[in-house]
Amino acid sequence: MLLALDFALILEKLVLILIVVMASLGIAMYTTFAERKVAAILQDRRGPNRAGPFGLLQPLADGLKLFFKEEIIPNLSNKFLFILGPSLAMMTAMMTSAVIPWGDKVHLFGRDIALQIANIDVGILFVFGVVSMGVYGIMIGSWASNNKYSLMGGLRAASQIISYELAMGISLIALIMVTGNLGLKEMVVQQQNGWWNIAKQPLGFLIFLVCSFAECNRTPFDLPEAENELIGGYHTEYSSMKLGFYLFAEYINMFVSSVIMATLFFGGYDCPFVDESAISQGWAAILGVSVLMAKVVAFLFFFMWVRWTIPRFRYDQLMRLGWKILIPLALFNMLVTGAVILYFNK
Amino acid sequence: MQALTNKAQQVDRRPMNLLERMYLPTIIKGMAITFSHIFKKKPTINYPEKTRPFSPVFRGLHILNRDEEGRENCTACGLCAVACPAEAITMEAAERKDGEENLYKEEKYAAKYEINMLRCIFCGLCEEACPKDAIYLSETFAPADYQRKQFIYKKEEMLIPHPINEPEAYAKARGNKVVTSQ
Repeated sequence: MLLALDFALILEKLVLILIVVMASLGIAMYTTFAERKVAAILQDRRGPNRAGPFGLLQPLADGLKLFFKEEIIPNLSNKFLFILGPSLAMMTAMMTSAVIPWGDKVHLFGRDIALQIANIDVGILFVFGVVSMGVYGIMIGSWASNNKYSLMGGLRAASQIISYELAMGISLIALIMVTGNLGLKEMVVQQQNGWWNIAKQPLGFLIFLVCSFAECNRTPFDLPEAENELIGGYHTEYSSMKLGFYLFAEYINMFVSSVIMATLFFGGYDCPFVDESAISQGWAAILGVSVLMAKVVAFLFFFMWVRWTIPRFRYDQLMRLGWKILIPLALFNMLVTGAVILYFNK
Repeated sequence: MQALTNKAQQVDRRPMNLLERMYLPTIIKGMAITFSHIFKKKPTINYPEKTRPFSPVFRGLHILNRDEEGRENCTACGLCAVACPAEAITMEAAERKDGEENLYKEEKYAAKYEINMLRCIFCGLCEEACPKDAIYLSETFAPADYQRKQFIYKKEEMLIPHPINEPEAYAKARGNKVVTSQ
């Protein structure tokens, strides 16, 4: 009896993992397309419109092209690490999605299925651990390339992550002080019943947003891959699908950090002005997932919008912003939050 | 130094105040500017589906003309070849035989007439030189090709469709060209 139950659970989770991984890959694919389209539209161009209707098959064409490119491993590179780099980048990018609550429960095949792969108590800490591991993919790949541009890109990525992870973590501490727990699911439930966290932590959100741009290596913080100074940075020596993995990992990271921002600050799968308990469970789940996706799309658009507006920081400006502005600001935010909580809980 | 235009502006080098050092207001302003470009009209023309309209005096591919009865105007006099600054035109003349009066307007005609479109500079001097209104430049341009030899256009490729047998194709090839009878 116990064994049978376990099998069903494993099967359920495996299907869920498959769906989440496939969905992340699909979304990342179409994010590349959206990026090109948004860039074009913001620059008064038309963007890719040749492959398929409205150019919708463009990501497939891009992927196919990457697959058929020659696989080049530089002679003097460390071959094992050279291959490990992109794999690690991809793996860590995918791993974060494990703790994200995609929606409320659904009732299927006589079972209550939670739309979350793993509801662990330290959800947000897990996300942080995995996200900061993502930089190892970049560092290892850049070091193994045996190319000075790559190495500089990797160094920049490492120092950038260290500088911004701190501010991000501190801004999150203030949020956790408000919510009182680390589980992502509990945070969403809390926001469903009360205010969204953005109302309680506007400054914290701003810091978190800026830092997540830096963590995703997105403009204005895309120094690790600065095309015009480092000719591609850490992926200079990469070709074919290994390059594809790096580029893909970036988009998956973008997707995941959009989901996390939506979950932490914008109520996750909570639809505003709708009482989820009033409608049937199945519809509530569908509504929840689509609302979360709408928020994610909005964030992804924001990522692209910023990319095509703000030019890249200089390296010293990046460090100055990180250490001299964001960290003190995050500390200030944390202290004020603590003081307010103390005052009201007295 | 005196400015050449009245567009020169003095750069403000005062240290930034607090609001400016926060960057956020200017970033938001910049984002608003990029956002407004979403609604701008795009200047791009979807080329193969839509083409830019040409003016009636556009000098494109050559057309060898026929008269109203469908006879070729060209007499292979060679004035176009002489006028051509790029030396793109070659021709061979032939004498009209009995019974060919419905094909060629005068006793002499061009048996072979070739223009090398890679040499041609589309200046239109051939059109100006022609005393018989036998050649003119149309509103189309030479399409791309894979081989050089494909760009040497033969007489058959440049000859206008027959005005009586294929009136629609003739009218289309004629386009906006003003018909002048010699």
